[in-house]
Amino acid sequence: MCGAVAGGPSLDGVNVAAEAIVQGVVTRGGEPVSTAYVRLLDRTGEFTAEVPVSATGQFRFFAGPGSWTLRVLAPRSEAVDRVVEAAIGSVADVAIELEPATAQA
Amino acid sequence: MSRESALVTADWVEEHLDDPNVVLIEVDEDTEAYVGGHIPGAIRLDWNKDLKDGVRHDFISKERLEELLSSKGVANDNTIVLYGGNNNWFAAYAYWFLVYHGHDDIRLLDGGRKKWELDARELTKDVPERPSTDYKAKDGDEAIRAYRDEVVDAIGAKNLIDVRSPDEYAGRLLAPAHLPQEQAQIPGHVPTAISVPWSKTANDDGTFRSDEELNEIYGEAGFDFGKETIAYCRIGERSSHTWFVLKEILGHSSVKNYDGSWTEYGSLRGVPVALGDEPGAA
Repeated sequence: MCGAVAGGPSLDGVNVAAEAIVQGVVTRGGEPVSTAYVRLLDRTGEFTAEVPVSATGQFRFFAGPGSWTLRVLAPRSEAVDRVVEAAIGSVADVAIELEPATAQA
Repeated sequence: MSRESALVTADWVEEHLDDPNVVLIEVDEDTEAYVGGHIPGAIRLDWNKDLKDGVRHDFISKERLEELLSSKGVANDNTIVLYGGNNNWFAAYAYWFLVYHGHDDIRLLDGGRKKWELDARELTKDVPERPSTDYKAKDGDEAIRAYRDEVVDAIGAKNLIDVRSPDEYAGRLLAPAHLPQEQAQIPGHVPTAISVPWSKTANDDGTFRSDEELNEIYGEAGFDFGKETIAYCRIGERSSHTWFVLKEILGHSSVKNYDGSWTEYGSLRGVPVALGDEPGAA
């Protein structure tokens, strides 16, 4: 993981200068969540992209400049929304902690 | 077609895990997702390696599809149930392609892999063995496939539906935002195409919205229910999802998927292109 920014996946091989990157890690109780989906919603709330997290809870989007909302879906969990700002040439790194698992299956 | 004949629920799949006539097929953009775990008994199709020609920019031929499905142990009278990640984009793409080549009994798992995972249902790494078959495919049904010249001719004449995200439609993004944005084609959309992002037709868990909601979504977007329709996206997989909604769930008779989509159209010399959030003039 040489070159990794805290939270998100490694940026090795990524042309950071040309992209507006939004990335991060999803955790529950401080541990990475291996089964979760992260949705990227635009400034109007419309869906733009979705990725499953990696085995280590990480995700990445190549967004455009501006304001975005990340929505995390995970089993036995309420959806969690986080607003994030993206800009070309920068990496917005977001750590998202889920609430403890809800009781129902 | 109808919702009942084209879609199955996760519960239905669980009840048919041991049904020898039901073939579960996983198709993902991330073609390694299957390796990490899949629905018990499911086989895998690779949308790129298995379904693409490999040299020409096209799908495999009818003969190669016959070889592929025969080797995978899929029979003509099997019920095929497709599912995958990305809210079934690539499963819908394979569904459309198998319908194009005339498979009779084919369904999508509503919600696909995501719904299955969010429900915390069983996944396995065991790869099933299916005895080979003698699968016979039909010639492509061109009534469900649109080509580039037809798309140009449809400007201002037919329903053109751009199902990409609003930012891709307007030209602010060139690809879905989980992919790098450096792309060869120019930004924008086909003039007069209305924007109905595929995502409006699905719930957060990937299941399809109700018929009433779907009709309302297309009605509000200015869809003319009396006209022929062509759907497109970037590479034809999200528009397969919308083709599925319009043709297989809502039962519209004349709906085509333009599988060349924006990667082809946005690379053509001299064709009309519109930029911004409005459809633009013919």
